[in-house]
Amino acid sequence: MAQITLVEAVNLALHRAMADDGDVVVLGQDVGRDGGVFRATLGLLDKFGPERVIDTPLAENLIAGASIGMAAEGLRPVAEIQFSGFSYTVLDQILNHAGRLRHRTRGRLSCPMVLRTPCGAGIHPPEHHSESPDAMFAHIPGIRVVYPSSPKRAYGLLLAAIRDPDPVIFLEPTRLYRLFKEEVADDGQSLALDACYTLREGTDVTLVSWGAMIYETLQVADELSEQGIAAEVIDVATLKPIDFDTILASVAKTGRCVIVTEAPRHCSIASEISAHLAEHGLLTLLAPVLRVTAPDVVVPLSRLEHHYLPGKAQITAAVRKVLEFA
Amino acid sequence: MTTAASFQIEYLQFLDPQGKVVNSLPAFAKDAAKLVELYRAMVLMRTYDAKAIALQRTGQLGTYASMLGKEAVEAGIGAAMAKDDVFLCTYRENGVQIMRGVTIQELLLYWGGDERGSDFAVPRKDFPVCITIASQCLHAAGVAYAMKLRKQKRAAVCMIGDGATSKGDFYEGLNAAGTWQLPLVFFITNNQWAISVPRATQSAAQTLAQKAIAGGVPGLQIDGNDVIAVHHAVTEALAKAHAGGGPTVIEAVTYRLADHTTADDASRYRPPEQVADAWKREPILRLRNYLGETGAWDKAREEALLKQCNEQVQAAAQAYIDTPPPPPEQMFDHLYATLPAAYLAQRAAIVGK
Repeated sequence: MAQITLVEAVNLALHRAMADDGDVVVLGQDVGRDGGVFRATLGLLDKFGPERVIDTPLAENLIAGASIGMAAEGLRPVAEIQFSGFSYTVLDQILNHAGRLRHRTRGRLSCPMVLRTPCGAGIHPPEHHSESPDAMFAHIPGIRVVYPSSPKRAYGLLLAAIRDPDPVIFLEPTRLYRLFKEEVADDGQSLALDACYTLREGTDVTLVSWGAMIYETLQVADELSEQGIAAEVIDVATLKPIDFDTILASVAKTGRCVIVTEAPRHCSIASEISAHLAEHGLLTLLAPVLRVTAPDVVVPLSRLEHHYLPGKAQITAAVRKVLEFA
Repeated sequence: MTTAASFQIEYLQFLDPQGKVVNSLPAFAKDAAKLVELYRAMVLMRTYDAKAIALQRTGQLGTYASMLGKEAVEAGIGAAMAKDDVFLCTYRENGVQIMRGVTIQELLLYWGGDERGSDFAVPRKDFPVCITIASQCLHAAGVAYAMKLRKQKRAAVCMIGDGATSKGDFYEGLNAAGTWQLPLVFFITNNQWAISVPRATQSAAQTLAQKAIAGGVPGLQIDGNDVIAVHHAVTEALAKAHAGGGPTVIEAVTYRLADHTTADDASRYRPPEQVADAWKREPILRLRNYLGETGAWDKAREEALLKQCNEQVQAAAQAYIDTPPPPPEQMFDHLYATLPAAYLAQRAAIVGK
């Protein structure tokens, strides 16, 4: 079994999906000859040819809209939007069409497509390359939003997304693309969608996160453990629909919860989880649910980026606060 | 300076507004039975259209977009398409849908606010009505790509209006159709009005057909009130697409004789003389004149046809009115292939309401 990075795991899953199913096509800007700007589609063109690995004209709405047409005809398009900051133009296609085609036709037509896009801050890029549109996509009915946080989950969840009969927005944590390696078996096994993943068990506090912030959240849990505090860490993984049962069960055990996201706070996924805990878990809570988020500002350019992203210190401070509450 | 590129846009018309033949007729049009078939389809559309408006005016239907004045466009396309081609349309294309097998009852269900109207029994692969302007141009590119990838002898027909040609979606779809040489026909109904915005305000381009040239796609302009021209142009474009010859753009010049929808009042923004003048060029009259001249049609046949169309539409309208609404939980039942566990409680809360 090979040790690979998250972006290599994405690439491995794409190779596997295309080899397993002749209906899978990959399309996007630079996905062919260049192998994608992050190399997520490297080698696909040589192996599967230009009819199934499509360098599209530079038109994001085309990439999304053509995927809908392909999917309605029975193909399994896996589209790439180069950076999530360029994905806003496709909201019309995803919201008005991908998420509605099955509903609108009472199941006569469906839309089994995946839209992959790198997300999040922390790689010092130009403007529009650090966005966190997770909550925007998660607000759309009829779709799934998936956000892996490790090479293993990137591989298994991407396979699941491609095999799913409905549209999936697959957000990839750019900051984790090459940050660490993990052993990933290319066994073609998908992982469950609509499920949280408990990465670490604990009894004192529940830390809930997703995407790149899982990395710092796990580090904080390690540090807390050295101080005798047992934190449970949950990777939400599928942001729509959310497996609230796993989160509620954990909080029933720990009585305390800190939600960590690098997206702006207002109307974020963190807000949704917090609201759900207030509605359904109030009597199990020993302290207020706290959210560690980015501020409600435009993602700054690289010089101030580290002030924008929540860090270990903020997560630790929030944990201290809920532990000391009562 | 030398010329880097040049183009010309051809215009096609066979029947003038009086029903006189102005061009050598294509083979199919020499068959009176074929033209009578198109005529009958056009009269059925107009009967349905009037009934839909009447239903809306009496509170029995939601907002409806009339196709009055574009029956030639509808019949010409509907008759030219093969059964397993895929049709992608706007909200003003019920005529083509009827010719492709969608029932009038299903169409009225849709306008009456029931999604089951888009779950038509045939044709199963046609897209539902697209209300957002020009979005379907991109779906059409994807549909046609899938057909080409699978080496099928099928094509997509994507209809849009004159206003839609101002949108990026049209250009993105057109550009892709050109670069990928897709089996795809973009059919622009230029009815002169995008709600209240006239064609001249929409674009400085002399024709809308020439927008095709920018995407490396051949474009032509036709008389959209001449069903022979429509049928001929679409048949040729589809034959080319089926043979691997790539996409075509057809601009049909016609006139929206009705309001934009039943929620609109066109008298607020366009002069009555213009509408009266457009009525002189309407599509059904000229074909009837021509068929009458050739002896293929007469008053008795006309009366019988009107009676038959009225009965058919009336029966469909009654069947629509008699269809009970779906249970409320149906709003959950086709959201996903399998409703995620997270939404079961929301669904349960609405059952029996």
